[in-house]
Amino acid sequence: MEISMEKPIDEVIVLDNIIDLSLKKTPKIAVSNVKVWYDDFQAIKGIDMEIKPNTVTAFIGPSGCGKSTFLRLFNRMNDYVDSFKMEGKIKIDSKNIYKKKINVEELRKEVGMVFQKPNPFPKSIFENVAYGLKIQGIKDKKFIKERVESSLKQVALWNEVKDNLNKSGLALSGGQQQRLCIARTLAVEPSIILMDEPTSALDPISTAKIEELIFELKKKYTIVIVTHNMQQASRISDYTAFFYLGALIEFDKTKTIFTNPSKEQTENYITGRFG
Amino acid sequence: MRKIKELVIEKSLLTSALITIAVTIGIILVLSIETFRFFSEVSIIDFFTDTQWTPLFTEKHFGILPLLSGTLLTSFIAIAFALPVGLSISIYLSEYAPKSFRKTIKPLLELLASVPTVVYGFFALVVVTPFLQGIFPNLSGFNSLSAGIVMGIMIIPYISSISEDALHAVPKELREAAFGMGATKLQTAFKVIVPAASSGIIVSIILAISRAIGETMIVAIAAGQQPRLTLDPTVPIETITAYIVQVSLGDVQHGSMEYRTIFAAGITLFVFTFLLNSLSYWIRKKYQEKYE
Amino acid sequence: MNSIQKNRLKDQAFKYWGICCTCMGLALLIIFIGDILIDGIQRIDWGFITSLPSRKPEKSGIYTALMGSIWILFFTTIIAFPIGVAAGIYLEEYGKKNKLAGILEINISNLAGVPSIIYGLLGLEVFVRIMNLGASVLAGSLTLSLLILPIVIVATRESIKAVPSSIKDASYALGASKWQTIWYQILPASSGGILTGVILALSRAVGETAPLIVVGALAYVPFAPESPMDEFSVLPIQIFNWISRPQHGFIENAAAAIIILLFITFMMNGIAVYFRNKWQSKWK
Repeated sequence: MEISMEKPIDEVIVLDNIIDLSLKKTPKIAVSNVKVWYDDFQAIKGIDMEIKPNTVTAFIGPSGCGKSTFLRLFNRMNDYVDSFKMEGKIKIDSKNIYKKKINVEELRKEVGMVFQKPNPFPKSIFENVAYGLKIQGIKDKKFIKERVESSLKQVALWNEVKDNLNKSGLALSGGQQQRLCIARTLAVEPSIILMDEPTSALDPISTAKIEELIFELKKKYTIVIVTHNMQQASRISDYTAFFYLGALIEFDKTKTIFTNPSKEQTENYITGRFG
Repeated sequence: MRKIKELVIEKSLLTSALITIAVTIGIILVLSIETFRFFSEVSIIDFFTDTQWTPLFTEKHFGILPLLSGTLLTSFIAIAFALPVGLSISIYLSEYAPKSFRKTIKPLLELLASVPTVVYGFFALVVVTPFLQGIFPNLSGFNSLSAGIVMGIMIIPYISSISEDALHAVPKELREAAFGMGATKLQTAFKVIVPAASSGIIVSIILAISRAIGETMIVAIAAGQQPRLTLDPTVPIETITAYIVQVSLGDVQHGSMEYRTIFAAGITLFVFTFLLNSLSYWIRKKYQEKYE
Repeated sequence: MNSIQKNRLKDQAFKYWGICCTCMGLALLIIFIGDILIDGIQRIDWGFITSLPSRKPEKSGIYTALMGSIWILFFTTIIAFPIGVAAGIYLEEYGKKNKLAGILEINISNLAGVPSIIYGLLGLEVFVRIMNLGASVLAGSLTLSLLILPIVIVATRESIKAVPSSIKDASYALGASKWQTIWYQILPASSGGILTGVILALSRAVGETAPLIVVGALAYVPFAPESPMDEFSVLPIQIFNWISRPQHGFIENAAAAIIILLFITFMMNGIAVYFRNKWQSKWK
């Protein structure tokens, strides 16, 4: 409590409520009036959103509601879709990431991504984790080794694979593969991690391990996760955003969304009346 | 720095791709320029109507018809032989044969297409012609019949493999629907599967024809070097390709009339195969759109 | 006999007809190889491989032709491989949506169907005459390179297409540039397929006769080539030359040389199939 003594009094008061505290900080990601089209189809219809640092934000909604498209805007993975067109602003750490001058590769080091299906490279476990460093041109072997070890430890995979670092990443089980993919992302030291339904291809035990991990990672990273599983959203997230037909219907504290949503559509979806 | 490197790489990859365009332009230019010079001395009407091709003799005639008829005759024999056999194989493999049999047989048949054509030429001349002479005693030593048959053997895998792929790609539901109505495998194959896979089968046939028209060594070795306008498969003839080989083997001066004739013959060949290839490409594209 | 029985009979009849046709294809292959083996196998010995061509069939060997084939194969590989793979990468990864890519695709598909002898005419005019390379190993290799370019490009594209897009996504998401993704992930993952295609293309090149005859390769060369500017012969041309001689001894020589040519071709095909199977199992 010594540190907090030096801080302004209003922060000390709200210390027991982390969510309220983070509201005071500048947003990690700030989205203003974003619209997305694929050819003539409008996939995102003007969304505003602010995501706080060191929180877990869950995106929920029926399939095709635009939540994955929206997530992929944050690291510009949609750039590779031929017919993709976008309007609006997305600021990460107050910098517009869709400005012409932005180096997309640099952005992606800052904003990591974990995919729906575990997708390790067809290479050794070590090379999988070291890849992000290799492409940055880092050659210091000792540094790479240390980073690989620390990343694997963060995802609690180190003890399982430390004797088999040269084994192919594809030889691991599904859950281990997904943790390897998370470790691979952590090795680059991003500040934001995007997760696109990271547990939808996994069994319940592996899912539990990943959820535990997300809870741990929150201390260091800002996490945005797309999920189909509403229990998952309520278990792990601080904030929840409900999307429907390309629009953001409701965005609030997870507790509020799941206990007292303000929109009828949200309530219908959460109680399972559609979707 | 990095942006520049990426750009340089992209441009050099593009250059490699553009080489293929340069090759096409090169082929068309080379053939047309020499052919243009050829037609400055030979009337284009003679070229298409004269029934003799004797540019290497003292009394010169420049009618492409004998070479063209030789080419079409050998190709026709090849297709007449390969089409029923190749199609039967493809239907048998796709509809009747056990899966393991199919998987071992297909690559073996494809081996037929990888045999160098000069080897087929040897086979036609040394094995097939003497064998056929036992049946047709007046068959001459060089003839379009054995060259055509051996060419047919060579193109069987083109027809059987590509058609089999097309038949195999027909959705299982169609088969089940036909079986469900009590159709036999044969009825299902010919009334349902073959029509559904027709564009793929047609593509395979066109490719086989184009391959037969452009084939060189078999006809150069076994069909003879006597250009003549005939439909008789037992006598020596000469194809366009065989003529080009015949001239190339001699010592031909650049700029001479003989030199130009091989380009004039070549462009005739090129136009034929180009039309056939474009047709097959067009059918393939149309077919893809239908199913996607 | 009612119609159901009739239909069943027809069905059976076609089945046996199909078996007949399939077996005929295989039987022809066996007769074919068997006959050549009978004709030529006793002629093959070390002397046959190391002797120079000669007027007398029993003294003749394939040394110069075999060396010519090896030279041609070497230069064709180093020319066609990089260009073909680079073009394939461009078409699959860079130029997918633009109009140029459409033209390139039609063009390559058409080139793949151009008869090999036409490539010979192109080589004769461009490499032999205009570039003044003469009837050299280099002119022959350039001609064959253009001939197999479409095969290499198509094989490269197919192999790259088979790499799961999730691998690409993962690489991009870690901050890799396009080229880094291609170099570190896509090419290693597709190398088996590319290699298969290249070897198959080369096995086609090693058996080509007509374009090299047109370019001016010789039927009789007293020495093996020592530089890319030397004149040359190749195995198929040597075989063609022997077939067209009247003496029976040369037919025997042709059969023996064919055995060696077939051995090389089938071996290359075998290696290609091996790589393909090994590569396919990687994604399953």
